[in-house]
Amino acid sequence: MRRTVPAFVAAGAIGALALTGCGQAGQGSTTTEDGRTQITMWTHSAGNPAELEVYERIISDFNASQDQYEVVEESFPQGAYNDAIVAAAASGDLPCLLDLDGPIMPNWAWAEYIQPLGISTEITDSLLPTAVGVWNDEIYSAGYWDAALSIFARESVLTENGIRIPTTDQPWTAEEFTAALQTLKDAGYETPIDIGAEDTGEWWPYAYSPLLQSFGGDLIDRDTMLSADGALNGPEAVAWGEWFQGLFAEGLAGNSGTLGNQEFVDDEVALSYTGVWNALASVEAIGDDLLILPPPDLGNGPVIGGGSWQWAISSTCEEVEGAREYLEFSFQDEYITEFADKQIVIPATEGAAEASEYFGPDGVLRPFVELSQQFAVLRPETPAYAVISTTFETAAKDIMNGADVQETLDRAVQEIDANIESNDGYGF
Amino acid sequence: MTVTPPTVAAETPQRATRRFRTTKGRETWAGLAMMAPAGILLVLFLIIPVILAFTLSFTNARLISPNPPRFVGFDNFVRAFTNDPVFLQSAWNTFLFALVVVPVQAGLGLLLAVLVNRRMRGVTAFRVIFFIPVVTSIVVVSILWRFLYQPNGLINSMIDTITFGAWSGMDWLNNPQTALGAIIVLSIWQAVGFHMIIWLAGLQTIPEELYEAAKMDGAGPWRQFTSVTWPGLRPTMVFVLVTITISAFALFVQIDVMTQGGPVNSTSTIVYYAVRKGYEQQEIGYAAAISLIFFVAVLIIALIQRRLTREKD
Repeated sequence: MRRTVPAFVAAGAIGALALTGCGQAGQGSTTTEDGRTQITMWTHSAGNPAELEVYERIISDFNASQDQYEVVEESFPQGAYNDAIVAAAASGDLPCLLDLDGPIMPNWAWAEYIQPLGISTEITDSLLPTAVGVWNDEIYSAGYWDAALSIFARESVLTENGIRIPTTDQPWTAEEFTAALQTLKDAGYETPIDIGAEDTGEWWPYAYSPLLQSFGGDLIDRDTMLSADGALNGPEAVAWGEWFQGLFAEGLAGNSGTLGNQEFVDDEVALSYTGVWNALASVEAIGDDLLILPPPDLGNGPVIGGGSWQWAISSTCEEVEGAREYLEFSFQDEYITEFADKQIVIPATEGAAEASEYFGPDGVLRPFVELSQQFAVLRPETPAYAVISTTFETAAKDIMNGADVQETLDRAVQEIDANIESNDGYGF
Repeated sequence: MTVTPPTVAAETPQRATRRFRTTKGRETWAGLAMMAPAGILLVLFLIIPVILAFTLSFTNARLISPNPPRFVGFDNFVRAFTNDPVFLQSAWNTFLFALVVVPVQAGLGLLLAVLVNRRMRGVTAFRVIFFIPVVTSIVVVSILWRFLYQPNGLINSMIDTITFGAWSGMDWLNNPQTALGAIIVLSIWQAVGFHMIIWLAGLQTIPEELYEAAKMDGAGPWRQFTSVTWPGLRPTMVFVLVTITISAFALFVQIDVMTQGGPVNSTSTIVYYAVRKGYEQQEIGYAAAISLIFFVAVLIIALIQRRLTREKD
């Protein structure tokens, strides 16, 4: 007997199915009206008009420069971007071109979301080493810029309080740094340094694991990449933890306040440990009195985080040739300079830096280029980074809130090691 | 997104089956048709995920991995109860939260309902005021309260003013002793209006004659409440208790927005921990196991509640 389905039942079913369908990123080659092949591209730059503007210019220039391909860009807010990528990968909807935060790259390369980049080595060789993402001896991603951290200060305030102005050759030692903070606290600053502890997420490992490395600890044993034991809970790491806890316990740093650099601009704090992207507002507000200082040498030399957002090609991309052509086109100094000056990030090529208003030889933000070249250390290049990052954030926050340092770090190590083990060592 | 138009739309009456001609058959079809949208959505978004979670919880499935998942038996459950202090802490926090929120929110809701259940001028305004937080997005409410709880926020300024500077408050959300309490307060404030409305609906089903009769017998306001109002609210009470319990156990958004489980795991809850494990740390199998434990716990508690509050004939 033939069963028939009334129209509205079918319509209901189709409606429900339609609700579950997501926006297709369009894996199949779509052809435009004038016979071009479309290349899909996702960025995390929604909500960042300066950055988006440059991308739009590159894309329209590229589309006008040839008649074979058309790049179609879609942007997401940064907060939801990684989730969107993971969801798209799970449903086989990845775009051809996608940008990603440097440290997450090995995780996605290992998961086979992205493929080796394969653009001309002439380009990748000209970039800052921290702007190129390598996993398993293959280049998987490359970016137009890097970011850097430094300590902002007012020259007048330091001189007034008799504090030595550090240089990259002679940074503050741990004792000097603590003494300087104490002096500034006595001078009337309620919390002398703003280290951005009110922020959450990737900022924590990006900003505070370099301090741990400066003490001589690390997030993981980089020789084997199989365990964090000894690196994250050894005596050096515990010393870092005690010091970090002390900053808050002694009221030298606070963990509330506004995101960004406003407290420093308003002179509510004397020093600010912050990123290059916050520099311009301070330059405008403070002018010649602004100092861009290296972070302190806490025992093993100053360290700052390296690696920022970069570009990769998904493994399911059908237009690899076109995607590579676009990327090669986009790495022109002119564009890299524009990114640097609009977004306030360190340009990834010498040529772009020369032409940059802020990062050129006489540029007001030139110190960042030197800091990045001298002190940048990448976050561990392992697929385990996703877990390392969140575990470190939790542990550091607990330490900030007064938890027992050794116990907290031991637990973090246990969590990281269990994860690495259950992933069969992530191929190491 | 493309949707092809339904091809079955061209249904002709001549081709209809015999069953379709009978009234009963037509009613069955109509019933099925009306159920279809909700039914399909339920299957897609509830039944299938539950079955998936059940299956996944016995594997070591990852969110992201080139390696296929392996069947690991009860490993995930054993790990949760024996080798994961944070899970146990999250379970305890969740229980503590429910233990405070359920009676306080239900009681406060009833009190407010009795207060606004009068015929006097301006009572509608009060109902609206109590109900506004309910229709405000919980994310927005959480962000607002995060500002209120800041060391230099409104709450501390108020304390400072009231005590003439003797005590200037504390950093509520960054202190392990006060963080969960702070979240309890805002959660009750946000949701109490909803249960006030439910209680109010219950109050309005109690016939006026009963009160009149009680008054004739010389009952005061308190006696009226205990002998007329409370017995009449029984079915409402069961509903209120069960819904508050379930939503209290599902505490997530406030934690995610305000404290991310900190300080020192003092505000981590089961749902928050499952999401954190599953998405941030990519251990979907383990997160599914935690969700399953959560599901069973809520089921047991709901059954116990039903048993305790059942009608005694």
